[in-house]
Amino acid sequence: MKETNKIPCRKSITSTLVELGRDDRDIVVVTSDATGSATLDDFAKTLPAQFVEVGIAEQNSVGIAAGLASMGKKVFVFGPACFYVARSLEQVKVDMAYSRMPVKIIGVSGGVAYSQLGATHHSLHDIAVLRTFPGIEIYMPCDARESRKLCQYLVNHDKPAYVRVGRNAVPDVYDDDNFEFIPGKANTLREGKDITLIGCGETVAHCVEAADMLAKEGIEARVLDMHTLKPFDKEAVVKAARETSAIVTAEEHSIFGGLGASVAEVIAQECPVRMRILGVPDENVIHAKPLEVFHHYGFDYEGIYCAAKELLGSC
Amino acid sequence: MKAELLRRELVTLIFRGGTGHTGGDLSVLNLLTVLFNHTLNVDPKHPKMADRDRFVLSKGHCAEALYTVLADRGFIERAELDAYGTCGAHLGGHPDNSIAGVEINTGALGHGLSVGVGMALGAKMDGKTWKTYVVMGDGEQAEGSIYEAAMAANKYHLDNLVAFIDRNGLQISGSTEDVMPLEPIHDRWTAFGWDVKTINGDDIDSITAALDTIDWTCGKPHLFISKSTKGLGVGFMENVAKWHHGVPNAAQYEEALHDIDKRINALKL
Repeated sequence: MKETNKIPCRKSITSTLVELGRDDRDIVVVTSDATGSATLDDFAKTLPAQFVEVGIAEQNSVGIAAGLASMGKKVFVFGPACFYVARSLEQVKVDMAYSRMPVKIIGVSGGVAYSQLGATHHSLHDIAVLRTFPGIEIYMPCDARESRKLCQYLVNHDKPAYVRVGRNAVPDVYDDDNFEFIPGKANTLREGKDITLIGCGETVAHCVEAADMLAKEGIEARVLDMHTLKPFDKEAVVKAARETSAIVTAEEHSIFGGLGASVAEVIAQECPVRMRILGVPDENVIHAKPLEVFHHYGFDYEGIYCAAKELLGSC
Repeated sequence: MKAELLRRELVTLIFRGGTGHTGGDLSVLNLLTVLFNHTLNVDPKHPKMADRDRFVLSKGHCAEALYTVLADRGFIERAELDAYGTCGAHLGGHPDNSIAGVEINTGALGHGLSVGVGMALGAKMDGKTWKTYVVMGDGEQAEGSIYEAAMAANKYHLDNLVAFIDRNGLQISGSTEDVMPLEPIHDRWTAFGWDVKTINGDDIDSITAALDTIDWTCGKPHLFISKSTKGLGVGFMENVAKWHHGVPNAAQYEEALHDIDKRINALKL
């Protein structure tokens, strides 16, 4: 794997908001005692009049955010993903999605980022649940540069959205800013005709690594960065199914209802091909560091490589 | 008189639509009538007017009372009201902000005060003088999220926020004090740092006087405990928990209109 960048996705988003917030006083950040974990110190210090701290009260923070958004504020709510898509789920459903309030929730330390803290702090259900709420958009950027572009887009976007990012710095998938970020459109990172590897968030870098390993054996793997889980890029999936013989999905999420399920729903109806869904099975996650968890359940680059070989009948 | 005429409209709306939360609708109707006819700076011709006062019906199940008042003020077309209860009707059993005069979708209890805090906080941020009004139920007071909002309103000194508890004493399963005791409710909210007053929600003059004398500079959010009668104005519904979401049959509807007409005639004298 490539060396990691020094900027976690969460920090990329908060730094972007500090820059934009200086000139746009309607940008407001709401948090629930997550200033440190969401890297909001600079925002709180630089723009205190645009910073709302509600204490450990996720339900209240989403409700307040909806109220602020109803009068035109551009509201970003920051806190651990595990709590925002559980404790405050009804506020996300009613006050944001159903009420069409363009609040943006930045769920930090998502997936298994809190590792040894256990299932209370894991969010492996968030994509599955939120996909069923009409009107809310779902994003999982894969590195700091993509997180920045996403944040720049969301500031003036008029729909409610949920963004899941991790905790630690991650490898750069994009080496510079010369790439296009189009919401709802997957980015093709590697062209290929033998198989397609699809990732979202931190698994994208693993898909790239697996593709490089496969390339050394003469297997051309297409890699898709599915940064938007909703609205979902069906077109890219159908194209991949038609042009390659198999699809592997990898996600830091339950194997139920997430990226893999989204892909399967499309290809089962449009263009069935063999596929493997890599993610966390129906069990509580082992106590281990995040990359150890990725490896244990086989959705790191080695697991993706093996799944691809198996699907192609060469393993 | 207006509230009594609207009471007639309200019972008719529920009877014709075949659905509604009649008891709470009737207990909160006076309050909504005063708010939308006397207090709120809102304009049915410009429902999204920038500096309008904001209103949130946190006890969203009493949507029929809100619809009746909104229709009377001209926010809702008569045809929309008439279609209530039919397949595909715009007006549902809980308020939706696609309806003029409705700011936020409610119906899940314990949400409205947080949203109101956000609105009031936003007004403070922008130096605006408009006010935010939130009406809660008393059964709703068991929802813990309300107290998260109560703390935040105190922290940010939201004296531009006015909340009400429609204190009719009954919820779907019976007395609030049997289901989950709320008293001493006045002391509880005072302890949360709110400016708390008790009013007679069955009396238009009591509500009006209270709203006219709010101290907007006290640095505290305001709470009115509006003591009311569930099913107010319809004898057989008054203080009977089953009318929480009971819908009258034809005979009961006639009896209800008879009771309300007596109240109207008494006011004419």
